[in-house]
Amino acid sequence: MAKVTVDGREIEVANGSSVLQACEAAGVEIPRFCYHDRLSVAGNCRMCLVEVEKAPKPIASCSYPIAEGMVIKTDTPMVRNGRRGVMEFLLINHPLDCPICDQGGECDLQDQAFSYGQDHSRYEENKRAVKDKYLGPLVKTIMTRCIQCTRCIRFATEIAGVPELGATARGENMEVTTYVEKALTSELSGNLIDICPVGALTSKPYAFVARPWELRKTDSIDVLDAVGSAIRVDARGSEVLRILPRMNDDVNEEWLGDKSRFSFDGLKRRRLDKPWVRIDGKLRPATWLEAFDAVSTKLKGMPGDKIGAIAGDLCDAESMLALKDLMAGLGSANLDCRQDGARIDASRRDFYVFNSSIAGIEEADALLIIGSNPRREAPVLNARIRKRQLAAPFPIGVIGAHAELTYMAEWLGDGPSTIASLPEAFAKVLADAKRPMIIVGQGALARPDGMAVLAAAWKLASSIGALTAEWHGFNVLHTAAARVGALDLGFLPGPGAKTLDAMMGGGVDLLWLLGADEFDTTRIGADTFVVYQGHHGDAGAARADVILPGSTYVEKPGTYVNTEGRVQRTGKAVFAPGEAREDWAILRAFSAAIDKPLPYDDLDALRARLEQVNPVFGRLGFLPRFGANDLTAPGGDPATVSATAFVPAIADYYQTNPISRASAVMAECTQTYAPTPALAAE
Amino acid sequence: MAFLDRTARSFLLTELLVGMGLTLKYLFKPKVTINYPYERNPYSPRFKGEHALRRYPNGEERCIACKLCEAVCPALAITIEAEPRDDGSRRTTRYDIDMTKCIYCGLCEEACPVDAIVEGPNIAFATETREELMYNKDKLLANGDQWEPELAKRLELDAPYR
Repeated sequence: MAKVTVDGREIEVANGSSVLQACEAAGVEIPRFCYHDRLSVAGNCRMCLVEVEKAPKPIASCSYPIAEGMVIKTDTPMVRNGRRGVMEFLLINHPLDCPICDQGGECDLQDQAFSYGQDHSRYEENKRAVKDKYLGPLVKTIMTRCIQCTRCIRFATEIAGVPELGATARGENMEVTTYVEKALTSELSGNLIDICPVGALTSKPYAFVARPWELRKTDSIDVLDAVGSAIRVDARGSEVLRILPRMNDDVNEEWLGDKSRFSFDGLKRRRLDKPWVRIDGKLRPATWLEAFDAVSTKLKGMPGDKIGAIAGDLCDAESMLALKDLMAGLGSANLDCRQDGARIDASRRDFYVFNSSIAGIEEADALLIIGSNPRREAPVLNARIRKRQLAAPFPIGVIGAHAELTYMAEWLGDGPSTIASLPEAFAKVLADAKRPMIIVGQGALARPDGMAVLAAAWKLASSIGALTAEWHGFNVLHTAAARVGALDLGFLPGPGAKTLDAMMGGGVDLLWLLGADEFDTTRIGADTFVVYQGHHGDAGAARADVILPGSTYVEKPGTYVNTEGRVQRTGKAVFAPGEAREDWAILRAFSAAIDKPLPYDDLDALRARLEQVNPVFGRLGFLPRFGANDLTAPGGDPATVSATAFVPAIADYYQTNPISRASAVMAECTQTYAPTPALAAE
Repeated sequence: MAFLDRTARSFLLTELLVGMGLTLKYLFKPKVTINYPYERNPYSPRFKGEHALRRYPNGEERCIACKLCEAVCPALAITIEAEPRDDGSRRTTRYDIDMTKCIYCGLCEEACPVDAIVEGPNIAFATETREELMYNKDKLLANGDQWEPELAKRLELDAPYR
């Protein structure tokens, strides 16, 4: 620790901090453009000038290390003059087009020009103009506005791990460019928009749509992957206009995947806004009463074991619990939440969650990824792995399909047999590591021998010392936001009850789909009566006999559990369209219609019940870390793994759920990023 | 004495004559009334009347959908929606003013960076129904086209004080 004085206040800061960090610790805000907490220091904007006693000139505080006894002054005529000069130089070439700039109202340059700018310009030459660059369907560029802070270049290189941005020429001729005209191949490209301090990089789908002061901001949680990133939903009237990440150091730091950020236009397309009932083979609009009647008539006298329910990937815990209770009331335990057919041992929580926690990746010192492509399945988590590898040597091995990850990884094999017979060199790396990590993806579990793979991975984890009292290195990476919540609730077949597979092909007479679209609906028996409760007209709704319109994650306050087992809540940003209602309320109303009322009338009572079913639902946001106390392996015989290679759990990152499939922006991304088909002439 | 004086005035009709004299005097003075609506009083170039959206001389609409007028409007009378036009420029798809809410403060025209929204000299826009006072973009642009010569003159006269 070193003692420094900032504006007359003496504080202690860690050795090696920069002057800017010392000033922040003292509560003094230093203006900056190029400096960013999570990126390397460039020191090229010169806006963060401060005065240090005995130094002849003002210094750039972001790149100047502190020294014992340093006296820093941040508000002297020298500092103010220096910053004013820097601002004048920046504004020489920055266009005065704030009225048509999308950054207007949330622009660092605008704000700081307000404090340090002058009311007139002394510059009379022509301003420079730069040709706009193409960065893909998500990021719009107006390069004339660029102030060359190079934050985007550093973000692409360091965080996203796609070194596709760079600068050419120098001085006034410097341009940020992609070298070749090609879309950025990153799942995190949307973060460039947040990171750009001016309006050079803005959001294409949000272009000219709204001003920040018009928007109603709601804190929420992303559910389009299983990471549970903190987001802010910006809405105007009944429309969601954009989604931004919120800071959460434990989960997403301040990043957000492109699917989560740009799928919002799918929230208003293909929506189910009124109940539908199939009459004479055709779906026709109906009232809620008619829809409920159609279902309850069908239910009359039906034995419990002929009724089944499947929960989808975007369901909140409240509605899944309500459905489970409803099914219990009807005498059915035919429940399943594993649409992808994942074999999971839900008998203990640490068999199916990401035990090391996402922040814990930074403490690990070796990693083995089994049947997963974190870059596609959880881009934000992938960025954390990259961050860990940048910080210090971090050997990573991959078993599964070849994939382009954003860090150095050694490919070890393509099937489960490799788990038991790791190449010697890597086996030694894992065994020598103090805190090794194993990530098991859905590609490894969603197959007939999934249980055996899980058990084999656990066996490996315990043999390399990943399971100790202080460190739990066994992790399951989910792809569905609802999955861990459903497993915590026990939304699984009861003893002797039917699984998803058994419910297909006429296994049940009535099938209740709660937002379940991700399985092959043609497998459902022709005589099965299907009730689809959900928000989008996707696969499930097409097969349904009765459609009950529900709400998306921005339209209801719902509880979700992310892959770590962290319980978080979404906020209600807008109302559901038309006659659509919150899902738990639909189930509650239906239970009353069939005279088996559920014992809760409001959300609080339902949440109390949730906590009663599983106490983990009481710990909101907070994730306690456990070591591996019980080394008992999950069920499944590691010896029975098949030789079939793992297949990726996600075929197309941009379209994995009804919302992103309804989104035009995501469709465009799919098209842009689809692998180029080989030319016939080649 | 006073009684005689008063009686004499009454019988000699002097008060009447004085009064008629005044009338006669005004008969030869220039008249103060005007023939409204064919004539109007002079008004200041800063007069704030009915709104109009202006165009550039080449016919391109001035408004760039910056939404500053919407933000500054104290009566929340302005509603704007925007999206990129086919040529990529920033334009409004909707520009509504609720004239029944408007308090004619003129902040919108002060906020406008491109002199697109202005309050013109027109005061005679009373309507028979309330709905007609919900102005949309077409109505405002039509106003601009109709009043452009006067709007331009008005801005020119006020320019030195801006």
